[in-house]
Amino acid sequence: MPVNNNSPQAETIGEHLVRCGVSRRQFLEFCGRLMVAAPFGLALTQKARAAEVARDVAQARRPSVIWLHFQECTGCTETLLRASKPDLSELLLHLISLDYHETLMAAAGKDAEDVLHQAMEANAGKYVLVIEGSIPRKDDGIYLKIAGQPAQQMAEEVAKGAAAVIAMGSCASWGGLPSADPNPTGAVGVEAVIKSGKPLINIPGCPPNPYTLLGTVLQYATTGTLPALDELKRPKFAFDRHIHDHCPRRPHFDAGRFAQQFGDEGHRQGWCLYKLGCKGPVTHAGCSTRHFNETVDVWPIGIGAPCVGCTEQRIAFRVPMFQTVPIHDPTPPDTYAPITTPQGYVSPVATAVAGLIGGALIGGGYVASRKLGPPPGKDDAEEQPPKE
Amino acid sequence: MIAEAEPRAVGGAVFRRPFYILLAIAALAIALMLWRFVAGLGATTALNDGYPWGLWIAFDVVTGTAFASGGYAMVLLVYILNRGQYHPLVRPALLTSAFGYSIAGLSVVIDVGRPWLAYKLPFFWHWNLRSVLLEVSLCIMSYTIVLWIELGPAILERARGSSISWIRRLGIQWLPAVRRSLVWVVAAGIMLPTMHQSGLGTLLLLSGPRLHPLWNTIMLPLLFLISCISMGFGMVVIESSLSSRMLGRRPEMGMLAGLGSAMRPVLILYLAVRLIDLVVRKQIDQLFAFDIFSIMSLLEFALFFGALSLLREEYQRRDLGTLFRASMCMLLGGALYRFDVFLLAFQPGPQWSYFPSVQETLISFGLVAAEVAGYVVLINWFPILAGADPSRLQRAPAN
Amino acid sequence: MGISRRSALKALVAAAATATLRRRKAQAAAVVARPDAVGLLYDATRCVGCKACMAACNKANDLPADTALSSGLSQMPVDLNERTKNIIKLYKDPASGEYSFVKRQCMHCLDPACTSACMLGALQKRDYGIVTYDPDLCIGCRYCQMACPFGVPRFEWSKVLPKIVKCELCNHRLAKGLNPACTEVCPTGAVIFGKYTDLLAEAHRRLEQHPGRYVPQVYGETEVGGTQVLYLAQVDFAKLGLPAYSSEPVPTAVREVFQEIYQGIVPPIALYALLAAVLTRSRRQLTGEEPETEE
Repeated sequence: MPVNNNSPQAETIGEHLVRCGVSRRQFLEFCGRLMVAAPFGLALTQKARAAEVARDVAQARRPSVIWLHFQECTGCTETLLRASKPDLSELLLHLISLDYHETLMAAAGKDAEDVLHQAMEANAGKYVLVIEGSIPRKDDGIYLKIAGQPAQQMAEEVAKGAAAVIAMGSCASWGGLPSADPNPTGAVGVEAVIKSGKPLINIPGCPPNPYTLLGTVLQYATTGTLPALDELKRPKFAFDRHIHDHCPRRPHFDAGRFAQQFGDEGHRQGWCLYKLGCKGPVTHAGCSTRHFNETVDVWPIGIGAPCVGCTEQRIAFRVPMFQTVPIHDPTPPDTYAPITTPQGYVSPVATAVAGLIGGALIGGGYVASRKLGPPPGKDDAEEQPPKE
Repeated sequence: MIAEAEPRAVGGAVFRRPFYILLAIAALAIALMLWRFVAGLGATTALNDGYPWGLWIAFDVVTGTAFASGGYAMVLLVYILNRGQYHPLVRPALLTSAFGYSIAGLSVVIDVGRPWLAYKLPFFWHWNLRSVLLEVSLCIMSYTIVLWIELGPAILERARGSSISWIRRLGIQWLPAVRRSLVWVVAAGIMLPTMHQSGLGTLLLLSGPRLHPLWNTIMLPLLFLISCISMGFGMVVIESSLSSRMLGRRPEMGMLAGLGSAMRPVLILYLAVRLIDLVVRKQIDQLFAFDIFSIMSLLEFALFFGALSLLREEYQRRDLGTLFRASMCMLLGGALYRFDVFLLAFQPGPQWSYFPSVQETLISFGLVAAEVAGYVVLINWFPILAGADPSRLQRAPAN
Repeated sequence: MGISRRSALKALVAAAATATLRRRKAQAAAVVARPDAVGLLYDATRCVGCKACMAACNKANDLPADTALSSGLSQMPVDLNERTKNIIKLYKDPASGEYSFVKRQCMHCLDPACTSACMLGALQKRDYGIVTYDPDLCIGCRYCQMACPFGVPRFEWSKVLPKIVKCELCNHRLAKGLNPACTEVCPTGAVIFGKYTDLLAEAHRRLEQHPGRYVPQVYGETEVGGTQVLYLAQVDFAKLGLPAYSSEPVPTAVREVFQEIYQGIVPPIALYALLAAVLTRSRRQLTGEEPETEE
């Protein structure tokens, strides 16, 4: 797998693909998949046909990408490479110039350090810095050092010459798993550490979908702009909706068909996993429409595992996996109110009480009337009705 | 004819067991009212969007004010129709009315959902002059004040005899002024109930499309007015006979029998208007359809006819028991008529049902108990009731 | 001196009798819509029951959804209520399979019962003929609920500080140049917003062009004097919960009573003066001096 191409930066992506013998079909397929992954919110893919996207991408300079690893599991790298079609991972590495990547590069030790510095100098101000993994801050950041340098320092240094910083994965976005209680290393996301004022994009997920990263980087390469971001600096095209809003199992939710236990009939039927603790309603991500590995239903809910909310700082590694979450924006289900529904409740107790009181008063009144006044005929002589 | 004694305070023992029972029921009602304000209407009543008006409106306000029309009826009889011989019955009737209207006002406060904005009611620049309810509420509020002013002389006379000097001075100072104002106050005390008792009937005209045809008539205001006068007389009879009995006095039979015959034309007028209205609007078939609406209407008629038949002969009117029962029939008939208009004829749709909750019923019951207790206290402390204790009763020479 | 009591009384009774018994038909003035009147046209044949309008309405009005029946999961009201200003209901006849959706919300009547009822004018017909609600003038008497022939205003029974809740045609959105939320999200155009006259014309145009598709009536054109929300359907409107009301506006009867009896403020004042005059003769009795007995 060709890595760390030191081709002159004058080469465009298209030229590079031709030089490396990548097939146009493969390229077009990729562009098509990118359009599916980012149907709106990304200027790069707002085209009618894949060929138009391909044309734009081909004209762009191969962006230089420096990829730093900190407190990570390397899953975010893997997601880039775990394409179901082996050629695709290759293609990805032709589209971008991955100038420094500790997992994939051949160099090691002192040579690796040199590679980093060379890449930084050669593309100063133009490289995209991708950071994978959180950064420990406790005790002056001694819990992660690379080449004797604490992660915090390294990140700040490399960021100085970057055109943009992308925090790849939940760990880099907000701290991820290392930041879970009790957070012994003081792990934080990139945003808390890098104060250089560079445009910062968070792509949370554990791992995120690779097309989100690619779409962002390629847009930058083709237009020099970055996609619109939300208040947490996540690209809107990938994070503007909850899983719940686009879930293929939503009709089951709306119809009240839930899997109640793992392996039960509902679970087997592919019903909604809300009662098993699915965090879809509170999780912003695009997994429900894009899935993973270019294979339909290869995503947690698709295989029957409730979403754990891996993109959300308040959810992932905090709210227990099988605890249900409240629905903040309830929408109507698939049932209808009939024209009239009986409403109002007649309480038998209330009826009894009212009957008793009313009966007592009327009965008492009647009894009182029997006891009133002398019987007719007695005192007539003494009282006359008043003269009219 | 028995010489009329001046009204005087009964001055008896008020705090006896039956009184305490009344107080206990009233206290329960007060506690429940506080709870209504803490928990909201949905939690304490069975009211719903189909039946937004329930027991508190139909009974406490509409029927309660009709029960409390004794003052209105007696003032009409004594001061307009000039039947001065019923004069001793006026003050107790006014007392019943004053309490009845005050309790009705209190019921409105607990029934409405946003009572803290009631202070805006006198803001005439906000008045919607087309609103019947506005007219009814303003009239009821004013009339309640008028009633207490009409009782002013009784209260101030008592104050005049007080041992506390500032109260005595208050009584001496204000009594003449209040007495002088009575012409204007009593005139209002006739006009206001005429307006709002008929207004209470007009209220449901606005529900016309949803009002059952047996009751949906332009005659509603008139029918409410006529029936309230008969109910006022009925209440005077009941209250007078019960207080005589309670105090061990002879009932004022002459006057009561006379009231009995005064009731007759009112009842006849009510029945005539009601029947002619049904005939003119071609609803006689409905009247005999023997569904729930027909049965309740027939029951109303039965009660009013029953009252009328119990009052037909002289000897019946002079028997207090019969007179009392006739009055009960009138009160029940009038109450049933009002309940029917507000809760039965009003048809929000077959999907809606309503029956007052236990709290609603107990609050209404407690308010009535409070009213009775208040009546007992006031007749004991203030010169309301005419007729002294039996030992001092004189017999005038027969005419 | 002056008027004898008897004749005064006779005059009084006669006047009252003639006033109440004379039934002059109220001038059947046709109710005319304001020139800027807007409304909704709901075509039940185009509605697919997606209920997007229900979700959009709650969102636009900042109203939490009624999820009581679904334990918090879905917006499932059974009727208009304190959290539901707009609802889609389904009519279905199990025997014949005949069905239709119907959208219910405030009808914004041309001569509303609720505005006639409201004591301090909390409910008023304002700009564009929209019936708006001002909680600052509302005492919570619920007379509007008794009056409305369509049972539209709903009360916040569950709240300690309750208000009346009803559709106000998103007048807060109209002020910003936006359309009512329900019309914005309707995917089929089943409910559309526009000038009342345009919508009425459009409704008739549809009836003309597709006579077999609709019951030949625009509901709301004449009912209760006309409403600014109009309906077209393929089943009888009564089956959809829209009763066959006459064209008489609801406040007509009350207007008759007020006009006939009160005719302004003069008769009550005249009556008061007359009463005071009569009472003056009983003044001594009133003030508690010796009783008078007179013919």
